[in-house]
Amino acid sequence: MRYGLKVALRHLTSNPSQTGLLVFGVAVAVFIFIFMSALIGGLADLMVNRTLGGQAHITVKAADRPLPLLATDPGIEVLLARQTSVRDDTGIQNATPLLPVIDGLPGVTVSSAQITGGAVLIRGERLRQVSVTGLSPDRVTAIIPFDQYLQAGRSSLTGDRVMIGATLAEELHLSVGAPITLRTDQGNLAALRVSGIYATGVGGLDSAAAFLDIKTARSLFNIPNAVSRIELKLTDLYEAEAVARRIVATTGLDAEPWTQTAQQLYEGLKAQSDTGLILKLFALITIVIGVASSLMLTTYRRRPEIGIMRAMGASQGFILFVFVSQGAIIGLIGGVFGAAMGLAILTPLTPKGDVAAGQLPIDVAQGSIGLAILLTMLGATLASILPARFAARIDPVEAIGQ
Amino acid sequence: MTLSAKAPLLELRNLTKTYGTGETAMQVLKGVNLTLPKGEMIALVGASGSGKSTLLNIIGTLLRPTSGAFTMLGQDLFTASDATLTEFRNRHIGFVFQFHNLLPDFTALENVVFPTAVRDGFERTSARRRGRDLLDLVGLGDRVDFRTTELSGGQKQRVAVARALMNKPELILADEPTGNLDTKSAQQVMDLIKAVNKSENATFLISTHDERIAGQCSSRVEIGDGHISW
Repeated sequence: MRYGLKVALRHLTSNPSQTGLLVFGVAVAVFIFIFMSALIGGLADLMVNRTLGGQAHITVKAADRPLPLLATDPGIEVLLARQTSVRDDTGIQNATPLLPVIDGLPGVTVSSAQITGGAVLIRGERLRQVSVTGLSPDRVTAIIPFDQYLQAGRSSLTGDRVMIGATLAEELHLSVGAPITLRTDQGNLAALRVSGIYATGVGGLDSAAAFLDIKTARSLFNIPNAVSRIELKLTDLYEAEAVARRIVATTGLDAEPWTQTAQQLYEGLKAQSDTGLILKLFALITIVIGVASSLMLTTYRRRPEIGIMRAMGASQGFILFVFVSQGAIIGLIGGVFGAAMGLAILTPLTPKGDVAAGQLPIDVAQGSIGLAILLTMLGATLASILPARFAARIDPVEAIGQ
Repeated sequence: MTLSAKAPLLELRNLTKTYGTGETAMQVLKGVNLTLPKGEMIALVGASGSGKSTLLNIIGTLLRPTSGAFTMLGQDLFTASDATLTEFRNRHIGFVFQFHNLLPDFTALENVVFPTAVRDGFERTSARRRGRDLLDLVGLGDRVDFRTTELSGGQKQRVAVARALMNKPELILADEPTGNLDTKSAQQVMDLIKAVNKSENATFLISTHDERIAGQCSSRVEIGDGHISW
């Protein structure tokens, strides 16, 4: 087949302007493919980071337990709306041995056992209802990257320290080191000192939440052993549903992936990804049509030569190979050229840190460059099969007579 | 018909060729019988449309006959598969066409080497050596790396003769080999064919309507109205 490759290359190099134009067309389509992959991937990351950056990928809670139906007297019809189950408000019992099991599951990067509840934050005569979350001091930033959001103080929660949002701090004129008191419905009190003030940009978190040491939360809410929930981060957030199913099967607890809690975002990302796929498919179709039509024209133009080769003893397989090779070579060179073009143009456009206003959230690393080259070569090869079959079936007598 | 008592190279028996079917069918060859001996130089003479090219294409295994028997070198070529015919053609038959029909993107040497390279899958050094020798033989030793577009009509036809000899075929079919050349170039090509016929002992079947060319051959076959005579 070495000789077939030589003939194929000779055909391509004998008309450099036509071949160059074809390769350039393929390269542009490959560039579009890579650009779409980089943009859709970068956009998805941006949306996920902006929306899910401070949220868990999976939230593990105690499983629902079914409620018994009300007993009724015989012969009496009862019309009722029944709540079928209720969340076990005692939380996850014996969470300590479960944590290493959950941490060890494939795809889980970090877990955070938490105690949650409602309380009133008291600052002098001012009161605010807040949602309280008790975190393990060594995993303060496991789920919410407080370090990134800190406006003042530190993300430290040991002892009597508490972190609050910037809006709440502003409303209550609180600063780092300021004393506050939390009071629960049960009347429990905790005297705390503000250690950090954060601004996440999420309204509820910034205006009505307080984070403190899990030990303090235990005594505040009278939960000596259990935890309210376990929040998890994953290496691949699109694996959340599968990991959640594994957690349910392994622990018997209820595991809610972010795709359920943020279903609209998930559907938006999926629609965006599907749109990208369609656009990439169009780019591939362009390559296939371009290569097929160009090779069909070449085949027609080279009919007499094909006839000569057949008369000289070239088999149909040889002719087929020559023309399919031309498609593959065009696909390979166009693919590599397009990939180089993609890297050269998109690398400087990829934001180094946060995406600034008006900047495209391109991530060249998600450009699927290898896949683009592979699919292009495959597409161009497939596109050349029809013209190659046409060439192989040319009648040498008719072709030579032209 | 048998042209001489020499060992036969090929035999055609009651060979017919019909183009089309039904009312539009046209029978071009109407029961051709022919035995060609080895080493001869035979002129195939006939008017335009007499079936010369059809007969030449059938003998060259480029066209299948409609009926009859066709054997060459003892092999039945009437029933042979396309793949068998392709391989047979490559090994045993050389072609010289009226319009040289060289590959335009290849050099003179690459054109000459083509029949061997396509059989072997690559250009062997030995094949390139033979190709150079053949170009020397046809007087183009100094044009080895010239593109065919850089050669004159006569030079192209001499390259075509060298190519036809490349695989040392037993039969070389020449369809009006001088039809597109001036008188001087035509005679040069004929001199070359005669020399090769003697030196390589290759059988030449030369289709022509030029009596000057036919007169230089050792035998003559005439074709008319689908039949041959001598």
